[in-house]
Amino acid sequence: MADYVLEVKNLTMHYRTRKGPVYAVDDVSLSVQRGESVGLVGESGCGKTSIALSLMKLLPDNAEIKNGEVFINGTDIVPLSEKELREVRWRQISMVFQAAMNSLNPVYTVEDQIKEAMHYHLPGMSDEEMGQKIDGLFRMAGLDPAMKSQYPHQYSGGMRQRAVIAMALSCDPDIIIADEPTTALDVIVQDGLLKKIHELQQRLNMAMIYISHDIAVIAEVSDKVGVMYAGKMVEFSTTVNIFHHPLHPYTMALMSAFPSIVGEKTELVILPGEPPDLLAPPSGCRFHPRCPYATSICKEKAPEFREYADGHFVACWHPGGEQS
Amino acid sequence: MTSVAVRPIKVTRAALWRMRLQLSWRGLKTNWALFTENPIGLIGLGIIVFFGLLALLHPILMHTVWSPNIYDPVSGFDMQVPMSPSPPSPRHLLGTDPLGRDVLSQLMYSTRYEFGLGILSALITVIIATTVGAFSAYYGGIIDMFFMRLADLVIMVPLIPILIVLAAFNPVGMIELGIVIGLLSGFGGTTIVIKSQGLAVKVKPYIEAARIAGGGDFHIIFSHMVPNLMPLSLLYMMFVVTSAIFSEAVLSFFGLTQIKMSWGLMINTTQVFGYLLRFDTWYLLIPASLAITLLCAAFYFVGRALDEVVNPRLRRR
Amino acid sequence: MTNKEVLVDIKHLSKLFPMGSGMFQRSKVFVYAVSDVNLQIRKGESVGLVGESGCGKTTTGKLLTRLLNPTSGSVDFQTENGPVDIASLRGKAMKKFRRHVQMIFQDPYESMNPRLTINDTVAEPLNVQGIGSLVEREDRVVQLLESVGLTPASSFLFRYPHELSGGQRQRVAIARALVVGPDFVVADEPTSMLDVSVRTSVMQLMEDLGEKFGVTYLYITHDIAVARYMSDRLAVMYLGKIVELGDTEEVLHHPLHPYTKALLSAVPVPDPLHQREPVVIKGQVSKPINPLPRCRFYERCPLADKFCETHDHPPLEDQGAGHYVACYHI
Ligand SMILES: Nc1ncnc2c1ncn2[C@@H]1O[C@H](COP(=O)(O)OP(=O)(O)OP(=O)(O)O)[C@@H](O)[C@H]1O
Ligand SMILES: Nc1ncnc2c1ncn2[C@@H]1O[C@H](COP(=O)(O)OP(=O)(O)OP(=O)(O)O)[C@@H](O)[C@H]1O
Ligand code: SF4
Ligand code: SF4
Ligand SMILES: [Mg+2]
Ligand SMILES: [Mg+2]
Repeated sequence: MADYVLEVKNLTMHYRTRKGPVYAVDDVSLSVQRGESVGLVGESGCGKTSIALSLMKLLPDNAEIKNGEVFINGTDIVPLSEKELREVRWRQISMVFQAAMNSLNPVYTVEDQIKEAMHYHLPGMSDEEMGQKIDGLFRMAGLDPAMKSQYPHQYSGGMRQRAVIAMALSCDPDIIIADEPTTALDVIVQDGLLKKIHELQQRLNMAMIYISHDIAVIAEVSDKVGVMYAGKMVEFSTTVNIFHHPLHPYTMALMSAFPSIVGEKTELVILPGEPPDLLAPPSGCRFHPRCPYATSICKEKAPEFREYADGHFVACWHPGGEQS
Repeated sequence: MTSVAVRPIKVTRAALWRMRLQLSWRGLKTNWALFTENPIGLIGLGIIVFFGLLALLHPILMHTVWSPNIYDPVSGFDMQVPMSPSPPSPRHLLGTDPLGRDVLSQLMYSTRYEFGLGILSALITVIIATTVGAFSAYYGGIIDMFFMRLADLVIMVPLIPILIVLAAFNPVGMIELGIVIGLLSGFGGTTIVIKSQGLAVKVKPYIEAARIAGGGDFHIIFSHMVPNLMPLSLLYMMFVVTSAIFSEAVLSFFGLTQIKMSWGLMINTTQVFGYLLRFDTWYLLIPASLAITLLCAAFYFVGRALDEVVNPRLRRR
Repeated sequence: MTNKEVLVDIKHLSKLFPMGSGMFQRSKVFVYAVSDVNLQIRKGESVGLVGESGCGKTTTGKLLTRLLNPTSGSVDFQTENGPVDIASLRGKAMKKFRRHVQMIFQDPYESMNPRLTINDTVAEPLNVQGIGSLVEREDRVVQLLESVGLTPASSFLFRYPHELSGGQRQRVAIARALVVGPDFVVADEPTSMLDVSVRTSVMQLMEDLGEKFGVTYLYITHDIAVARYMSDRLAVMYLGKIVELGDTEEVLHHPLHPYTKALLSAVPVPDPLHQREPVVIKGQVSKPINPLPRCRFYERCPLADKFCETHDHPPLEDQGAGHYVACYHI
């Protein structure tokens, strides 16, 4: 059996809002092995961050896990209490939050902020030990340890993001979720950071979920990729499969709509319409209003997320556009 | 690309206006829905409506059941009351004041003027503060500096002492009072608040878009800045009403106004005749002070509730 | 292509922003946001301006649309009466200039007044310019909304910006820019806030409408892959200077400037089997604050030597076939 650090089964999560429930995560299943890097890709608002927050059980007040299980190292964390979760968070699963580099507190030094997190999750560690640990983390993240006693505003954007990554690694988690860690950084800075993240993940043999809306970035850092659309996982397989043999029409469209600077300048495919409103998602397959292969069954029944070929999961009535 | 040539429906001028009305109606409805979510706002509004009704009822009562000789708030006198002040009775629900005038009638009569004062000063404030704030924020430089120093000056000299000095030179009636409060608040604190909001609006890309469209300074100020400052102005209007009513009460209490009848004056009369700190003549003090407190609080509550409508940041999902 | 008429002629354009100056004292420290930029944009072509954050792309765009006045240099715009220096335009002439030059902004959420309906937003340029009668204006707005794919227009006219999605808003922004029939449009990152599946259709729309209405674009973006699809020629900017300029495919396949090379090798490729060249430069862009009189790229350049250190910033020189590079060691 494979050694799964994380197994998510049929996770469903809603946000209660004034206008009714937002179906942000709907029946999503996903598993990540030790040392594996899984990319989660999808457009803005498709529920990527919502999944991540559910995995940490760090949800806002109006969110509600309706159904499903989240096993971290074999324990289902959904029923756990806040106190029990403290044992899990940061030590087993930790996260680099979206726009985290802007959330560092400007009035404390970076070192103090990391220490605070460590103090909370690793009680009993002495101050010197923490200091040494932070030096090590800084070196690992490619930062000069001498910088740790500086304030966030003295860091550049890329350095802040590295500091946040160091912070997320401070309690030696088994799995780390990185939510758009390089978005808003310039390409050259992004390049350095991506290399660093990839290298760290390999060296620590750590599992990782890398969230991004940029499929090019996903192609670079992940072994496997899950494609999300409107709160649903629509396709999951190895990165090569997803990029070279996509089966879901949405993935297919995404691949051919994405411009690249290498190779021939191919015609970009235009996907008609817009992503749906999660307050009132379309019936049946949520992609049907925009899908070129949609048939009547697509409008009526939601396709099951099933293993179409070995290790290649897809939720579609006509994978690869085939007609049955 | 799908560009099906649907024949555009002709948008006639009348239809345009109908659409605009519908839109404003819809906007009002959603804002009302947000407003009603906050009980404080509704309580405030309820109190304001209550006082509004009181104000409306007074002339009606004077023309129907209340005889002017007895119930006139300024010159009325009831021969049947042996001793003034007299406690509440069926004839005088809130009793009579030391000069034998009906307290309830005074209370209701004054309400109208309190409203008038509040609205006048609030309107003046808003017109001045929005215009000055928008111009200061937009042009910056010397214009801004002038108005901001002026505002500092106005803030440093508090309202009440100014009015005391003014009253010494010239009798101050309700209208003068409204204008002075409006001017002071308009050139003072409110301008600063509106201007800082104006600075935030000024750097929005839509301001640049308007300039690219060919709009001049006045177009940008009046079509883009002012409409986006209006909600905040509206909010401050409520707070100005509160402060106006309160100031009037204080001034009248010290006898510094030339107002025939007002809540402040009612308390002043009580004080002049030495009934201020007596429990047995509570009916002289309580109605007016309660009215002042309630109406001031009501406008403040409405302001707070509006704040939630106007500032999406404070809105709950 | 080369013999086409020049529409916008940018000569030695510079913009310096003073830093930390008070009201009464003159600052001695300046950000050289744009410095000595020369570029000719020809009628009907589309030039892409790429570079990292803070390199001066937006500032250049604002100088061309005269949202900012240059510190020195000039922008000559071709009109019926020959080229006109846009800095000399005043009053009526300035207003008229706005009919020829328009701009599309990056943020579809902030570039529209939240209190105006779509109709009022798109009609604004017509209204302030006083173009056409009321009925003609309405027809024009409807026509534009339909041509940007917001059909039927009647269902969009009386909505507010917050009732539209990002992609729809950006279409409205395009309609607003094109409603006066401009010759030249500066598009500042018009698709960078849109999702992939929506982005492509907006890109296509801009291209189609550009052809249909005869619009010349300056397409500003930090995303070189998008620029590849949106521009005939590409200008690469670094700290206020254009360091390389040429036909898009030429620059992408045969970059000559060390910065362009680094930039291109840093762009992630949407193919897991592709191996990128390693990026050879270090550090990251700083602000061009009172820069030393030498190559702007000196600190980060792998080829930098004594010569580069002791000489002024290299001039932008033609390396043949309209491929310009500013570097001493190519
Ligand atoms: N606290 C909340 N209350 C209500 N709805 C929410 C809340 N947070 C997110 N949503 C909605 O849930 C959906 C999924 O949001 P989520 O943040 O997970 O998307 P995402 O894929 O991370 O998007 P992005 O790429 O923009 O970060 C969106 O439609 C969003 O509007
Ligand atoms: N109004 C201003 N005052 C002072 N400095 C400014 C101003 N506008 C821009 N700058 C500075 O000028 C430089 C160029 O800015 P500009 O906005 O043109 O960059 P950009 O290439 O558009 O960047 P981005 O990709 O982040 O939009 C930056 O260093 C910026 O900080
Ligand atoms: S299920 Fe039907 S509509 Fe959905 S993606 Fe597959 S073919 Fe398209
Ligand atoms: S001139 Fe010198 S420093 Fe500048 S880019 Fe060329 S080699 Fe590098
Ligand atoms: Mg997210
Ligand atoms: Mg910019």
